[in-house]
Amino acid sequence: MTGPRAQGDVAPIPGIAWAQVRSVLLAYWRMPAFVLISMGLPVMFFVFFGLPNVGRSLGNGIRLGSYVLASLSAYAVSNVVVYNVGIGVANQRARKLDLLQRATPLPAWVAVLGNVVGGLILALLALLALFAVAALGGVRMGAGTWFTLLLWLNAGCLPMLGLGLAIGYGAGPNMAPALASLIYLPMAFASGIFIPLRQLPTFIQSISHYLPLYHYGQLAWITVGAGDETLARALLWVALWSVALLGLASRAYRLDAQRKFA
Amino acid sequence: MSLPLSLPLDGGGSGWGCSSYANRMTAVVELVAAVKRYGDVEALRGVDLAIPPGQVVAILGPNGAGKTTAISLMLGLRRPTAGTARLFGLDPSDRRARSRCGVMLQESGVTDALTLREVVDLFRAYYPHPMPTARALEMAGLLDQAERQVVKLSGGQRQRLYYALAVCGDPEVIFLDEPTVGMDVESRRAFLDSIREFFREGRTIVLTTHYLEEADQLAGRVVVIDRGLVIADAPPAQIKARVAGKRVSFTTDRTLAQSDFAGLPVSHLELEDGRVRLLSNQPEAVLRALFTKGLALRDLEVVGADLEEAFLALTQRGGASPPGGE
Repeated sequence: MTGPRAQGDVAPIPGIAWAQVRSVLLAYWRMPAFVLISMGLPVMFFVFFGLPNVGRSLGNGIRLGSYVLASLSAYAVSNVVVYNVGIGVANQRARKLDLLQRATPLPAWVAVLGNVVGGLILALLALLALFAVAALGGVRMGAGTWFTLLLWLNAGCLPMLGLGLAIGYGAGPNMAPALASLIYLPMAFASGIFIPLRQLPTFIQSISHYLPLYHYGQLAWITVGAGDETLARALLWVALWSVALLGLASRAYRLDAQRKFA
Repeated sequence: MSLPLSLPLDGGGSGWGCSSYANRMTAVVELVAAVKRYGDVEALRGVDLAIPPGQVVAILGPNGAGKTTAISLMLGLRRPTAGTARLFGLDPSDRRARSRCGVMLQESGVTDALTLREVVDLFRAYYPHPMPTARALEMAGLLDQAERQVVKLSGGQRQRLYYALAVCGDPEVIFLDEPTVGMDVESRRAFLDSIREFFREGRTIVLTTHYLEEADQLAGRVVVIDRGLVIADAPPAQIKARVAGKRVSFTTDRTLAQSDFAGLPVSHLELEDGRVRLLSNQPEAVLRALFTKGLALRDLEVVGADLEEAFLALTQRGGASPPGGE
């Protein structure tokens, strides 16, 4: 110990938060298989379903390329926040990262924030990769549209993030991947992410309008001119689902913390 | 299950080490009448413990005695059901308190994909006055492994990494919960040397252990916890004198009774047909007395009591008891 110290000294939060985010990103970097799936699948689907008919008109001036890009953008971000963040958190809990962290001056909320921000950065990278492939493949949109798409996709992912965190803090490491797929994949189908809603069975279409991913997708589709509802309505639904699913995540977090630290 | 009123040592919470010296200084760690219940299980049943700065304290006790619970309360990892826990006079979960302490837990993990250097750097960021990364790794004997990934470490190396993480914040007090589990003899020795070196400069150590010798090598004060209570609190020499018992067993030609051992320094006497088992810290005196009675002893064994037995000796309830007579 060198010299006298102020009694109330603590490390500044921004530095801690950055270190935490950095460690999350480093962990992603070191486990490329997981990241490749999140970043690679949307690109691969785009190459299969978007590229062959990228310029085909869907009417109302909408090109198939833009429509598929919008769908897969929502898919790409959801993938990251549900799988990488959600299952990542479940794994951290399984490895007891939280126990040791809890005994350090790292505030618990900064640890959560690190996972969220790390995930959002990864989601951004997945989006940029998809955008790059789409642009190279012939999707033509105005700069403003690209930017708006990026913005809505990042801002609107809160419900899916809530779902990921709820699974991460609520389920064990073995259960989390299964649970994530079981909830998220059918939801992606029923929300019109892979197949346009009009081509789905009617009874599925009737539930679609209540699903968080459907309205999140709407934010993307509206941006490229292919929305089925108004922006205000989509935002309202996204906000409601954000409250519900982030609330669920916070409850799962609290129960987990209470079990370990009460 | 009540404890004797007269304890084997002048222990109890307010015993040795919390004397005038401790009272003048602000205690680094303090438990006051701390009770911890998990459902129906009472892990701590009213523990008073004050640790002044610079003291090296070993908390000793059998499995399930409440050692880890006591540490958890001191660190604010768990909240006392009743009573209070304080760290530097603050709530133990206060960041200002935690910024001055380092911790090695029994159950912990770090991101396996990171390198040792990256993990230490991460933990250094949590503290206001961290030491250089290289120094923390060097103290743990891991400097040459700095670029390795955590996942590739052996159990003992992993344990030493946790030590590096505990010291990297240059703490004034360090909590070590069973620190040498999983280490081989060589690592253990190096590890204990490192702790001794580091804490020469007036730092405080709180250590839980199964190993009496470990407590003996490091600590100036040993607190024995059993079934959720402090049953002894004294310098290691005193504890050892009490604890360093021998287990004596032999067979006799005639059946002995409890009364044959009246007045002898024995505890945990078990009589079964002709077979006798007992604990004593003066086995010579016991055997001399028995020989004087003209007893023929066969299959005589005198071995050092292991710690579990030593704790039995400390936790004895009123001396010898008949077999199955509790």
